[in-house]
Amino acid sequence: MRREPPRSLADYAPLFFPALMLIVFFVVPFSIMIAVSFFKRNPAGFYTPDFVFDNYARFLTTFFGSVLGFSLLLAILVAVCCVVIAFPFTYLLTKRSRAVQTVWLVGLLSVLSLSEVIIGFAWSTLFSRTAGITNLFVAIGLMKEPVALLPSFWAVLTGMVYQALPYTILVLYPALVRLDPTLLEAARTLGASPVRAFFNVVTPALRNTIVATLIMVFVFALGSYLLPQILGRPSNWTLSVLITDQAIYQSNMPFAAAMAVFLVLISLALVGLTLLAGRKENAL
Amino acid sequence: MTVLRRLYFILVALFLAAPLIVVAGVSVNQKQELTFPPKGFSLAWYGQIFNDPEWRLALIHSVTLAICSAAIAVAIALPLAWFLWRRIAPWANIFQVLGLAPFILPPVITALGFLSFWATVGLFGQFYTAIISHAIFFVTLPLVTLSLGFASIDRSLVEAASTMGADDRAVLKTVVLPLILPYLVSGFAFAFVLSLNEYIVAYMTIGFTTETLPIKIFNALRYGYTPTMAAVSIFFVTVAALVFGAIAYFGDIRRLLGAMSSDTE
Repeated sequence: MRREPPRSLADYAPLFFPALMLIVFFVVPFSIMIAVSFFKRNPAGFYTPDFVFDNYARFLTTFFGSVLGFSLLLAILVAVCCVVIAFPFTYLLTKRSRAVQTVWLVGLLSVLSLSEVIIGFAWSTLFSRTAGITNLFVAIGLMKEPVALLPSFWAVLTGMVYQALPYTILVLYPALVRLDPTLLEAARTLGASPVRAFFNVVTPALRNTIVATLIMVFVFALGSYLLPQILGRPSNWTLSVLITDQAIYQSNMPFAAAMAVFLVLISLALVGLTLLAGRKENAL
Repeated sequence: MTVLRRLYFILVALFLAAPLIVVAGVSVNQKQELTFPPKGFSLAWYGQIFNDPEWRLALIHSVTLAICSAAIAVAIALPLAWFLWRRIAPWANIFQVLGLAPFILPPVITALGFLSFWATVGLFGQFYTAIISHAIFFVTLPLVTLSLGFASIDRSLVEAASTMGADDRAVLKTVVLPLILPYLVSGFAFAFVLSLNEYIVAYMTIGFTTETLPIKIFNALRYGYTPTMAAVSIFFVTVAALVFGAIAYFGDIRRLLGAMSSDTE
């Protein structure tokens, strides 16, 4: 059976249900959200239809500017930390036996699937005064008495790196596991040490993969909505937290929608860049 | 070198496991307090998940939501992936992009989209709205596993079947479906586990009327601490590890995550 273009209406039949569901429950909600971003806030209900740019105009305030700047900076920091830890790790992992790889992948998937609520709760416990890591430091004599390590910027950063690290490893895994082994053999035959071969051969060969991964982790980190709330101070809140806050607690749907549209545009632009980087890689 | 490599692996493992170890320790405290190492030993908090009416209700909500939404996600992904594999219709790829988008975008955005949609059509707060929302949100997972599954089918097998006189329906039933069944099951399992853990979409659709387990944990986190939260967290990790372990045992998880099938050692 060769692939054929669909000829009759019946050939299109399998597409009906998926297309219907995706259009009604994804395209339509998305369009409504965009529409709402131009609506007026209605304190009694959700919103009143209108066409105003007020919600977008609020982006020009210094408060919004600082939240946006902080979100972007935090996401960049998370992406860099994750890739720096994950790239050598994933490379070494692909050199291990299949059984070892499988065990690690199962573990990584389990951590990745963890609810952000649970990650936040787990780290807030680990950073707490009564059950936290500082008790361990006291026990081995590094500290005088246990202290709470949160709320703080570092707690937020640690939590977000924890959340994004399994994702980073799993994004890097296909590229590294498929890496042509002869590349490394050649370097080794020519006398390069394993470390040198890794930095001078493997890393440059996967330059575009690394850039693409950085961007994907960046977008992933931008989406973190609970960790800054649970582990940080209000000054550590990101755009995602602000959107949730405006939509649910301030019941200002139009402003939340406007921020969401803005976040989509940033994410889409970056995903587009990723695809471009991926295309270049294939062309090489 | 080997020592350094081993140390590196241990450090990463420790980083990933540390919070879970502490939570596991906290979950067996005798009294209702947040201490580690635990004082005394009690598994009562695990019993609470099933005995306490509120936690049990949240558990039932979560499991119902996860099973139903994963089933719908598979029902959307299967015909779509089959069509894309069977037919040459470049424009139909737009639906694949639509299927991947909710997962790539920051989840808050998808959640807000659902909130504005359900509020506008006036169904806000109904339990089934969360089921549909999760099905769309997680349709990416079965779509990816099924596309991989279809790509792995040797087309000459299908050709042989149709030369021997099997029509489209017979080919689908006797050749294609058995071959992609493992991918279908893992797609369902991925969607199930992630739906079980999902917070923001569930919260923005039914959070004001119904509590799922993650919502219940978050609410409990704000109103005071109980070791049951720790027990539920460990319960979740265990379920995820069991499901992914089963996928790895019965299938090839390395291939599902992007390794080529041919790279046997």
